Formats: sequence, C-alpha cells, structure tokens
Amino acid sequence: MTDRTSGRELSAEGGHGAVPLQGVPTGQGVQAPEPEWPLYEVFVRGKRGLNHVHVGSLHAADDRMALLHARDVYTRRNEGVSIWVVRADAITASSPDEKDPMFAPSGDKVYRHPTFYDIPDNVPHM
Amino acid sequence: MTLTQAAPDELEAHFEATLARHERIEPRDWMPEGYRRTLVRQIAQHAHSEIIGMQPEGNWITRAPSLRRKAILLAKVQDEAGHGLYLYSAAETLGVSRLELTELLLAGKQKYSSIFNYPTLSYADVGTIGWLVDGAAICNQVPLCRTSYGPYGRAMIRVCKEESFHQRQGYELLATMMRGTDEQRAMVQESVDRFWWPALMMFGPPDDASPNTAQSMAWGIKRHTNDELRQKFVDMSVPQAEALGVTLPDPALAWNEERGHYDFGQPDWEEFMEGVRGNGPCNAQRMAHRRRAHEDGAWVREAATAYAAQVRDAVS
Repeated sequence: MTDRTSGRELSAEGGHGAVPLQGVPTGQGVQAPEPEWPLYEVFVRGKRGLNHVHVGSLHAADDRMALLHARDVYTRRNEGVSIWVVRADAITASSPDEKDPMFAPSGDKVYRHPTFYDIPDNVPHM
Repeated sequence: MTLTQAAPDELEAHFEATLARHERIEPRDWMPEGYRRTLVRQIAQHAHSEIIGMQPEGNWITRAPSLRRKAILLAKVQDEAGHGLYLYSAAETLGVSRLELTELLLAGKQKYSSIFNYPTLSYADVGTIGWLVDGAAICNQVPLCRTSYGPYGRAMIRVCKEESFHQRQGYELLATMMRGTDEQRAMVQESVDRFWWPALMMFGPPDDASPNTAQSMAWGIKRHTNDELRQKFVDMSVPQAEALGVTLPDPALAWNEERGHYDFGQPDWEEFMEGVRGNGPCNAQRMAHRRRAHEDGAWVREAATAYAAQVRDAVS
C-alpha cells in the first residue's frame, strides 16, 4: 500500500515495524554543523584463547570513552574478556572483493595446502 | 585500495553474481545506487525505531512494581539503545554520517515504526509489548540475519539474540498477572486488545499494495513478503494466547484446515497511514521528547569534546 500523500511504499523489513522505503532522504554524506566525534572500530576477544573479532563501530570523543562505550554497547552479556578500539581512519584496508588482484598471488598456489600431497593410507599420524 | 578500474556494467555483473551465489555484499564493494539508498532508508529508520522505541516502556521504569521488574525493564530499554547503535553503525558503512541521520530523524524527514506512537497506559503494556511487539519484530528480524548486506545481517544476529529475552520477559510478566487477581487479568486482556491490531500493522500494508517488494527481494534485502511475515506471526501467536488465557480481539480469527494456517481479519489501514503521516496518538509527543533529549544532552557532548581536546593537548 502506498501513502497517497507522498507515494511511499512501506516494508515490514523496517525490522521493528514497517517503515517507508520511498520518498525518504538518505543523506548527502556531508558533515553536519556540529563536528562529529571520530569513528572507532571495535574488536572483542570472546574468551581467552580466541582472537579479537570485529563487532562494529561507535563514536567517541577520545580513546577512553570509546573503550567505555564499547563495553556498554557490545559486551552487555559477557560477550568479551578484552576489547580493542581503533580509530577507523587509522585502518588501512584492502578491497573485500575476493576477486581482487590483491589476493591473486595466493589463488594459484595449491601446493601451500596439505591436501596437495598424496600420502599412502598405511602411513599413520599424518 | 583500487588496483583495477572496471567498467560499470562489469561492476554490476559482478554485484549480481555475488548475490546469485548468496554471498554477502560488504561495505567496500561496488553496489548500485538504488541498493545503497534502499539500505540506508531501511537500516537508518530501523535504528530510529529502536531509539524512539525506548520511550513507551521507559515511561514505566520509575513505576515498576518490584525491584526485579525494574531491573528487567532497565536492561530491556538499555538493549533498545544498543540495537539502535548497532544499526547506526551498519548504516554508516554505507557512507552516511551518524549526525546526519540524527538530524533527519529530528527533522521528521526519516521515519520510525508507527508502533511506537501508541501510548503505554498500564504496566501490562510492558508485558504485551514484549510478547506481541517484540514477537512481531522477531518475525521480521530473523530473516534479516540472512540479508544480503553483511553489516546489516551481522547487526541483526546480535539484535535477535537479545530480542528473545525481550519477548520472554514480556510473556512471563503477562503470565504472572494472569495468575493474579481478576483485576490483573482484566488489565492484561485490555492491553492485548489495544496492541493486537497495531502489532499486525508492524508488517506493513498487504502485498498487492507493495509494488517494490520484488526489487527488494531480488536484491536479497527482503526475504519474505509483508503478508507472509504477518501470517507467520499470527500462527505463532494464537497458541501463545491460548496458553496465556487471553482472547485475541479478532472475530475472523479461525484455523483454516485447508491452508494449514489461521485466517484473520485486516487491521485498519487508514489508522496505520494516519500514523505514518504523523497523526498517530503519540507522534508529536515522541518527537518532542527525542528533540528535547538531544538538546538537553548538548552540554554533555560539548564537555566531552572539550575534555578530550584538553587531554590531547596535555599529552602533546
């Protein structure tokens, strides 16, 4: 059903209830008048013995506030034993696309994997 | 890092191929502008819904009937704030700023779910919102865990884990009241009567009035149609209502042996549209409260910014 006043269609996938998916501005990607606090990426170690894993991001005025906010936002149910926060602008990233030539050097080197080598069935523990 | 410059149609073909393999689109991937904009609208307004959604229940925190209920309600409302933040975080990966999204909400240009424009008149509403409103949200959100945009799906996985607590605490609250006095049972029934239809409206208008569903489904943003989700919710809720001992206020509600689903009536879509236009029972109140909270918090943001600058200067 569209809202006749604006021609908007509404989708259940607003998640917490239907929201219009047309006739709604999506922002210009420009900075608002109030300067925005820097963006931090948050990494959480779920338990001892595991790597820190990226869980999301947040804004904070400084590093310490970022850490405290990360605790409140991302570890309300014992999700972690250690948190890293890193300013997003300090991260250098490759393209996530697996077809990116960045990862081409590892694509054709099957001999780097153990399954490349045939070992007779009667050889144990290998 | 761009190592190659691909032609636009090549990019589009690559995007389509990723979707066809049921793989996720990630923030630095090329994506069609329509896909990006649809996601910004959906995720940002979902975030706004969580943030505004703190109000109807937050209203009752100071008047919770016991310390146990108060601790539960505080945790729940804090979760809603958390859900809003996970979602803003996902929206920002699409190249919009948090402040900009906040401004669009405060200016009334982006919307939030109309369900939060209904008032909470008794403590039973805390239970009903958990059971029905969060139950409906779970129906919408579980399929979104597999949505094609990676950051959105990951945010939804976190949200769904927590939403289960929300629904169960609500149902338990209502079950406790149903074991109480006649007056308490009447409060529960009255609350369910008010929230049943608005909960059905949460799935949006019927499919035959939603011409863009096909595009959203092709993009893997939407996984089920509005009507499919609504049917699923009704089928889930009927036995829950029976176990609770309440009546759902729909005379058309009946098991349909042939379809293997419950038949049910349609909500008042005109009432729904009025809410979307800004004329629901609490629209003005919710927006005024949000604006006031934002303005009242300005000095805190300024102080934190000034303190951060001071510490930085002292170090350098």
